[in-house]
Amino acid sequence: MSHQPQQQSSGQPIAFVSAQALRARMHDAVNDPHLRQSFRGAMDFLMAKRAAQFPDQDELDSLRTLSEGIRQYSLSKLPELLEQLEANLTRNGVKVHWAETPDEANAIMLDIARRHSAKLIVKGKSMVSEEIEFNHAMEAAGVGALESDMGEYIVQLAGEKPSHIIMPAIHQTKQQIANLFAEKIPGVDYTDNVDALIRIGRNVLRDKFESADIGLSGVNFAVAETGTLCLVENEGNGRMCTTVPKVHIAITGIEKIVEKLEHVAPLYSILTRSATGQAVSTYFNMISGPRKAGDKDGPEEVHLVLLDNGRSQAYADEQLRKTLQCIRCGACMNHCPVYTRIGGHAYGTTYPGPIGKIVSPHMMGLEQTHLLPTASSLCGACGEVCPVKIPIPELLIRLRGEANSAPHANPAMVGQGAAYDPKISFVWRMWARLYGRPATYRAFSWLATRFRALTPRKQSGWTVARTPLQPAPRRLRDMLKDRR
Amino acid sequence: MSARDRILAKLRAARPAEPNALPDLDAHYTPRVRGESKAERLARFRTGIESFHAEVHISSEADWPALLARLCADKKVATMLYGADTPAGRRLDQATFPATTLRPWAGQVEDLKADLFHRVDAGFTQTRGAIAETGTLMLWSSEAEPRTLSLVPPIHFALLDAATIQPTFFDVLRTENWAAGLPTNALLISGPSKTADIQQTLAYGAHGPKELVVIVINAEGDAQ
Repeated sequence: MSHQPQQQSSGQPIAFVSAQALRARMHDAVNDPHLRQSFRGAMDFLMAKRAAQFPDQDELDSLRTLSEGIRQYSLSKLPELLEQLEANLTRNGVKVHWAETPDEANAIMLDIARRHSAKLIVKGKSMVSEEIEFNHAMEAAGVGALESDMGEYIVQLAGEKPSHIIMPAIHQTKQQIANLFAEKIPGVDYTDNVDALIRIGRNVLRDKFESADIGLSGVNFAVAETGTLCLVENEGNGRMCTTVPKVHIAITGIEKIVEKLEHVAPLYSILTRSATGQAVSTYFNMISGPRKAGDKDGPEEVHLVLLDNGRSQAYADEQLRKTLQCIRCGACMNHCPVYTRIGGHAYGTTYPGPIGKIVSPHMMGLEQTHLLPTASSLCGACGEVCPVKIPIPELLIRLRGEANSAPHANPAMVGQGAAYDPKISFVWRMWARLYGRPATYRAFSWLATRFRALTPRKQSGWTVARTPLQPAPRRLRDMLKDRR
Repeated sequence: MSARDRILAKLRAARPAEPNALPDLDAHYTPRVRGESKAERLARFRTGIESFHAEVHISSEADWPALLARLCADKKVATMLYGADTPAGRRLDQATFPATTLRPWAGQVEDLKADLFHRVDAGFTQTRGAIAETGTLMLWSSEAEPRTLSLVPPIHFALLDAATIQPTFFDVLRTENWAAGLPTNALLISGPSKTADIQQTLAYGAHGPKELVVIVINAEGDAQ
């Protein structure tokens, strides 16, 4: 089943709608000078910071090859590793749940919340929780869900969605955030001093950590051999959410798994360096169970929700499976010329940028997302910086093919053929016939040069921003003949 | 059929017949071994963690409690929480802390949550070791030193034995064989809590400690 976020909408509107509106939104974004300035500045900053972390090209190459190898190895054993993870987590006292769809995942977590009569769930950063519209589902059921990562908190307060998977509020200026805090947080006066703003957020959220019934988090790496959930963060809110409330729920996609604990070392190193250009994050939090007899703190219950939501579809195809190597660093968006110009919101999907274009079609189906893979110049920057060497440009081409080919039996993905147009298909077939036979091609090129004056001045999409194409007065073959 | 069985069945049907070969981590790490002395490892650790805004003080096995008392007074720490039932905890004596009330952790977190969040100024912990490459402390939570001790109070004092500084995280996982038995919570800490979520401007003290103060002992000599 494809996930259709707009169907879950009730009450508060969800900013994310069908990708059909992508062109209009991109047009608006490109014409917004403030947005372009914010993203240009932020992306330049992040690219420079990443580059500074990899002064040694050999080390980078070797680490990328190793990281790719670890991710591919893990995926090659995915079903066994998931069972091993489940067995070891269960042994450690963690309850493991499985969900095929966002609705199932939300129902599982709502059930846990109801069993504990929870009023407030405080959240660490989790893109999977965004993917399933967790906050919305909880609010609809009368349970409060509060973001505690500073960027996510800002975005939630503004009624928006993250525009970047690592830096959710990257589209907001400090003046906008200052206005937002003054307007939304009682007793707060306008200040655009960043330290003061962070202090305000800290004070509001400390009370929430203290009083929340449940803490929710994502997972960066789940280690099968030990039954350990690893979280990468700088703020300490992830530690708060996983330590202070009586119940901790972690949610992750089924692909975020490694077999051995030592596999985490290279992946963690390349993750923080690729993401924000940090040698290491402030905290690396390895959770292997709830409070044990004798322990003085920590949650009494720990749950892990393993979500499929289209991942098994990507897994089923050898090429598309590479999508699942992703460790969610965001380097592909930081280096993407399209993302830099339109920002994260224009894509209309939870995961923006190059990774969003290759992962969203599996989550939402090609019907809604077939335009996404076309929002790329195929410059290759994303593939070049990817720490686990996902061939993103190749996958974009593959997805374009899936979307535009004639619908057929046993498609590799939901929505295959969604962009198929018999007329366009006919034109390309004719073109192939013309160019595939030397005699017809020669006749065509002879006619094209003779009748070049008849070339139309308007050539649909091409002439929107370019001068019309016109055949040359003489063919290359004729010019070559003269030279001999 | 449950969601679990359906997901696993789909994956099993699609999985490659043979799993890939186990990745060779040594091929990456072995040629990059530095063979540093203890002093060099300490120097690299220090440069790293100081660049993340932590404070580092070199002391000795004999003198560190007095240094800690002085730092507490300088930072106007009125109450410091610590685990009494540890080798380091047993060295702390209220008599040497004229400006600070030492409070040993007692009971479950629920019993002291309000104080922990609102009235404790600093937490003191031992460390399991450190990582030279990144300037990182390693802490394993225990009954004596619970997780929140290094998280909730605004200042975190950490005692580090220089002999326990290892070159890389990979070395730690290998030589100490963490996979054989992890505590409920193992932590790597590289500096005080921070965020750059507002216009990429770095600010310290996001949700965790605003200050991280490392006291290093056993820095002399060249034990392994």
